[in-house]
Amino acid sequence: MSQLDRLRGVFRASLSLPADRDVDGLEYRAIPQWDSLAHMALVAAMEDEFDIMIDTDEMIDMSSFAKAAELLEKHGADAVT
Amino acid sequence: MSVFTLSQDAKEAALLPELVALTERHRRACLPYRRILDAIGAVGPYERVADLPWLPVRLFKTHELRSVPESAVFRVLTSSGTTGQRPSRVYLDREAAAAQPRMLAATLRAVLGERRLPMLIVDSRSAIRAATLSARGAGVLGMMHFGRDHTFVLDEGGGLDAEAVKAFLARHGGAPYLIFGFTFMAWSHLRELGLDLSQGVLIHSGGWKRLAEQAVDNATFRRRLGEECGLRRIHDFYGMVEQIGTVFLEGPDGGGLYCPDFADVVIRDPETWQEAPPGVPGLIEVVSTLPTSYPGHVLLTEDLGVVHGVDDGVWPGKRFSVLGRLPRAEARGCSDTSARSAA
Repeated sequence: MSQLDRLRGVFRASLSLPADRDVDGLEYRAIPQWDSLAHMALVAAMEDEFDIMIDTDEMIDMSSFAKAAELLEKHGADAVT
Repeated sequence: MSVFTLSQDAKEAALLPELVALTERHRRACLPYRRILDAIGAVGPYERVADLPWLPVRLFKTHELRSVPESAVFRVLTSSGTTGQRPSRVYLDREAAAAQPRMLAATLRAVLGERRLPMLIVDSRSAIRAATLSARGAGVLGMMHFGRDHTFVLDEGGGLDAEAVKAFLARHGGAPYLIFGFTFMAWSHLRELGLDLSQGVLIHSGGWKRLAEQAVDNATFRRRLGEECGLRRIHDFYGMVEQIGTVFLEGPDGGGLYCPDFADVVIRDPETWQEAPPGVPGLIEVVSTLPTSYPGHVLLTEDLGVVHGVDDGVWPGKRFSVLGRLPRAEARGCSDTSARSAA
């Protein structure tokens, strides 16, 4: 599975979305499922899945799926795929 | 980058033009605010931050104060207030909503660093359940962004969960971790644990009213938590929903609350409304450049406070304490004479 697919899976699981839901365009707080509590669960799940540490500022700036993908790239998590 | 860098003169010079610009922006964009400024004859020019017109903080309970069109409102924050009071309503557009957690993070970075630390929460998980989210729950939820591996000190029924705390300490107790709780909760429950919390950084807030009833002041709080839990790094903070994102943070020495570079306090003599000199208590006015979508940049609170010193502490600028709340019946805002008897 590609890194991006794994990230999609993490989003769906953390935000309790169905398996066929397109998540690539998602933005923080744009859907009720992605609230601040889910945001923390999402960040923790990303840390576990990709074995990275996300800082406070990075967590605050991760306001969309696209930003989350950028963040993974910055952490070099693509090496894991 | 620290946000505790500016001496009082430098801060005054930096804040004044920004706050004047905000005053004019809100005057143009928020009709109720413009009416208030017209009514009190506030026209400028403003030579000092203390010259700027202030709003009594309670107006956010009675008026819809926003400087952006309704369609641009991204989040509406509410405070619970005390029983029987209407909540404050604070309107954030996307920009203001994005700025507030960033600036809060920048402020707390001074004592927490950049990493999200393992976090003990002196509360119960039930406090953050969305359906019953209280002001306390919202505060806990906001602070949880600064931590990881969130562990609650109290179980669902509100009893001490010492086993959870012991397991947390076994995982994380060897390096700094974050402890957050409301002041009276931290006081009541941390000492009861009887555990060594010496690597903890305690951040607490919520005021001293309930502890004052037990004759516990800040010095006692710090001393006893040090003696009984080994806590040496303790930071109180003062902030309010009407100026979300801005907090005044106690320095490492416990010598008072400090103002981040984008904010300040003015202590006002409730008889003359002039700025009170250091050492003289008065009403606390809080100023901040963060409220861009609502006119909350200069607010007169209903709290009494005192500046202890200026540019004489561990961080630059004013060093102050909150002394307590003005009795409610006497707080009527900027032109009311009944507040005069309070000082």
